[in-house]
Amino acid sequence: MRLKKLVLGAAFAGVVGVSVPVSQAVAEDTLFVPLFTYRTGPFANSGIPIANGMHDYFNMLNARDGGIGGVKVLVQECETGYKNEKGVECYDSVKSKHPLVITPYSTGITLALIPKASVDRIPVFSMAYGLSAAAVGTDFPWIFNPPATYWDGMSIVLKYIAGKEGGLASLKGKKIGYIYFDGGYGLEPIPLLDQFAKEYGFSVTKYPVPPADMQNQSGLWLSVRRDRPDWMIMWGWGAMNPTAVQEAAKTGFAMDHFIGVWWSGSENDARPAGSGAKGYLSLNFNAVGAGYPAIKDVEKYVIAKGNSQTPKDMVGENFYNRGVMNSVIIAEAIRNAQKLTHKKVVDSADVRRGLETLTISDERWKQLGLPGFAAAIHVTCQDHNGHHAAYVQQWDGRKWVKVSDWLTPMEDKVLPLLYSAANDYVSKNQPWPKRTEACDDKTL
Amino acid sequence: MLYREVGQYKTSYRADQALFPILQDRIGIAVILLLAFVGVPLTASSFTIDSILIPVLVLALAATGLNLLTGYTGLLSLGTGGFMGVGAFACYKLTTLFPGVNIIILILCSGFFAAAVGTVFGLPSLRIKGFYLAVATLAAQFFLSWCFIRIPWLYNYNVSASIEVPTKTLFGLAVTGPTSSPVTRYLIVLSIVAFLTLVAANLVRGRIGRTWMAVRDMDLAAELIGIRLYQTKLLAFAVSSFYCGVAGAIMVFLWLGNAESESFNINQSFLILFMVIIGGLGSLLGSFLGAALIWGLPIVLRAAPAFFGVNIRSATAEQISFVIVGALIIFFLIVEPYGLARLWQVGKQKLRMWPFPY
Amino acid sequence: MTHLLYGIFIDPFVQMAAAPDLLVQTLWEGLVSGVLYALIALGFVLIFKASGVFNFAQGIMVVFSALTLVGLNEHGVPAYLALALTIVVMLVLAIAVERVILRPLVNQPDIILFMATFGLTYFLIGLGELIFGGDPKIMISDQLRLPSGSYRIPVFGGYVQMQKIDIAATIIASLMVATLAVLFNRTRIGRALRAVADSHKAALSVGISLEQIWVIVWFAAGIVALATGIMWGARSNVSFALEIIALKALPVLILGGFTSIPGAIIGGIIIGVGEKFGEFYWGPLLGSGIESWLAYVIALVFLLFRPQGLFGERIIERL
Repeated sequence: MRLKKLVLGAAFAGVVGVSVPVSQAVAEDTLFVPLFTYRTGPFANSGIPIANGMHDYFNMLNARDGGIGGVKVLVQECETGYKNEKGVECYDSVKSKHPLVITPYSTGITLALIPKASVDRIPVFSMAYGLSAAAVGTDFPWIFNPPATYWDGMSIVLKYIAGKEGGLASLKGKKIGYIYFDGGYGLEPIPLLDQFAKEYGFSVTKYPVPPADMQNQSGLWLSVRRDRPDWMIMWGWGAMNPTAVQEAAKTGFAMDHFIGVWWSGSENDARPAGSGAKGYLSLNFNAVGAGYPAIKDVEKYVIAKGNSQTPKDMVGENFYNRGVMNSVIIAEAIRNAQKLTHKKVVDSADVRRGLETLTISDERWKQLGLPGFAAAIHVTCQDHNGHHAAYVQQWDGRKWVKVSDWLTPMEDKVLPLLYSAANDYVSKNQPWPKRTEACDDKTL
Repeated sequence: MLYREVGQYKTSYRADQALFPILQDRIGIAVILLLAFVGVPLTASSFTIDSILIPVLVLALAATGLNLLTGYTGLLSLGTGGFMGVGAFACYKLTTLFPGVNIIILILCSGFFAAAVGTVFGLPSLRIKGFYLAVATLAAQFFLSWCFIRIPWLYNYNVSASIEVPTKTLFGLAVTGPTSSPVTRYLIVLSIVAFLTLVAANLVRGRIGRTWMAVRDMDLAAELIGIRLYQTKLLAFAVSSFYCGVAGAIMVFLWLGNAESESFNINQSFLILFMVIIGGLGSLLGSFLGAALIWGLPIVLRAAPAFFGVNIRSATAEQISFVIVGALIIFFLIVEPYGLARLWQVGKQKLRMWPFPY
Repeated sequence: MTHLLYGIFIDPFVQMAAAPDLLVQTLWEGLVSGVLYALIALGFVLIFKASGVFNFAQGIMVVFSALTLVGLNEHGVPAYLALALTIVVMLVLAIAVERVILRPLVNQPDIILFMATFGLTYFLIGLGELIFGGDPKIMISDQLRLPSGSYRIPVFGGYVQMQKIDIAATIIASLMVATLAVLFNRTRIGRALRAVADSHKAALSVGISLEQIWVIVWFAAGIVALATGIMWGARSNVSFALEIIALKALPVLILGGFTSIPGAIIGGIIIGVGEKFGEFYWGPLLGSGIESWLAYVIALVFLLFRPQGLFGERIIERL
């Protein structure tokens, strides 16, 4: 009896399994944008607001404007849980449905998809994460990572620190601690940091946080207390961030000398430390707050109608806005592609051209209902990043406050590193396809 | 009626000890192999191959490796992920050191590195037993993951700390990297897995397998009848790690195309152990069934809502699939604690009786 | 080479002597994390002792109980009522586990039961995320009147910083261990528990209800999990990443022995202190971040000399 049931069940499961790929055809007259998100797992604290922001903005465009250029955007989330295998599986499952652009939202998944997407001719948009070297458009025609790379970020952090210390020259003899997620993401900025240390005569101490010990950092922070660095820089993600902020507060480290990259600047990161987090700094390249017409529209067309999973008070938070910005750039690229090709329903190759000619000037940000939301973005054929400015924000105990001007990265230091890294990647992955895609001229 | 062993007389010991002594089994295996080698490449979509078949084969190979250790020798190991990682990183280093050599040979060679590392971490197994040993192998798991990130030489000093698979060709056909077709990769994976499974099947029914099982059933008694415990246990560790290492190399080179230290973390070890136990300890068939169930189930569950026209958010689907997978594991264990392979045996028994059960 | 030898054998001790306040601080941090590891290990030991089940789900029970507590509070339930309700939830969980998992699987090999707790882990991860969402929550330490802030005690010309919450954690953990010790040694239930641990069959034959005992130990493990969840949650936040921390209890377990409550405590402290000392004084030699495996290596070294752990029951093998 039991056996019969089991066999029947297994047979049924088999039938469903085999028929999986057939289901779900995407309608012809939509713009299909899959979003790889993670609302589950240890990185959900960072992943949820971003997923909400990305999703809500597209829904708002659909509700308010009827999509982009009159064509509805079909958004589909694929849950990756920040796991590489899942990400690759997500990619394989959407690949046949002609996605316009892929947003992996994980450095590991981006790295796995870079070679695949280049062959399948689907652009990958990794907004300020992933492989920094992919900014070199001549080698990576299908990969885009504006507005800035990790190396840009590191140079901005050092610029900010130098500003506080009285110029780059006064970094001499200073001690800088670097606490990072022990993986590709945290390791990437190290060459630049080491190079700066050599050039300006400061010393760097590194504190790697193993993935299994994200919430167990007390030993590392003891070392921080011993080493007494003048500044701490953090490249953290997920549950590592709030723990680090709390441990820093516990150790009595001066919070206004503790500065995180843009992925360590969520409200969720600072809030659990309570008043101890006051003064904590982080980089950012998008504005925080809900006081923008476009975000008001999101509230009006999407959230008020109940078409969103976003809790009301999350709107306007840093990572929510980051998600919005991600979608704005994709939407602009699609719009660009429509203009370039004079088609309404564009395909992934068109969107690649759209991304490559992307310009979002200050004026355009204003038109989009997001005045001053981010630095003007400018992507070219050769430069898929733009190396745009970022600013430093400070946690005042309740919210983020902008405390610096828009600081531009030190491109003269970053670019050589970038080109050598791109060369390195290409030479290690021979035969790497030569770029065959033509460049559009920038007279749109 | 269909599955009748009666009347299949054997006239020599050789025939009696054959790998598949029963005619129906021979036919069954031939049909399965024919389907796998010819049927699938002709019909399956690239999603089915890339996201279901290749992963299941790779994981089944790793599960076979662990099964040799846990199921046949009775040594519980939680270091599978680490050993897979050794294979993957070794294969990556080999491809950069010997770029001209056939990639399949390199994949098989990388298994030997995993075997060496596995033997080293198997050393405590003489003194430590049961769950204590399992936790001791966790040391291997965590130490190896740490090495994969802290020794930059292993990943050729890539800034991203990950290994990328270059395109390799075989007879002018791309077999690794993004340009290779899923069918090519599938056929290579299938050949390697089929070959290694055949080797394993022969190992376990021969002298070595019998000593392993003697050690599993009671190591003291085994020692008394003249089995050298230490050698036997270490050999089990070595062979098991060899399989895991090859599985790891295939996973990176023929499936994912890229990996970092985190790809071989503790969850990978647990997942493989899952497959072995759900499939059936001490059964090669079980490794395959377990891999198919544990890998396939979430995919089916995720696709099910859309299939039935229900619209669920992807995160919710993921959470529900966790709940269902968890519940099903418990359910399977209650219904059949000896795994899916046991179910198959029961099924065979019923077939023997059919249509006159008693 | 000499540099390396110096780094291993001399430099750390020079450092210890040069900055005794940091030495004391390291000791304290090690002690606190040791106690917290021990709390998780305690949950394992309770269940292993009474039912022979290696309960892998202890880690997720920590997360699940803490999430229930915070989640209930978010829905407007006052903190202490939420605490009480969470305890009820853990009781329900214990009864459900006994009914659905343990009873049908009685007398199965250890590894099968181990596997079943894996199933339970998956189930609770999914259920927890389904009900409470995957986003992290802040532990309601204020509402629970848990102390915050820290004492700064001057020693040896430097200072030692002690978090009040850590002190509270140590006290609560000690109280729990003491209570459990009394429960095990002085009460009727305790005697029954020990009888079950010795032999299921013998216990059954003298009229002890196995089912009842199992519910009691799983419930006790649930309460231990709740305490652990509150303490770890207050140190960072309540999220599913906490589950990984539970793995740290495993070396504690093999060090202390699977069946010994004092073993869990002492093992926890050895692992905690050893880990922090290793990371702090020897870690920089290896590029830091060695905490992830150091605990296991410490345990492994101990095991080579005592295969049953420090306090485990002696393994007697005969044919």
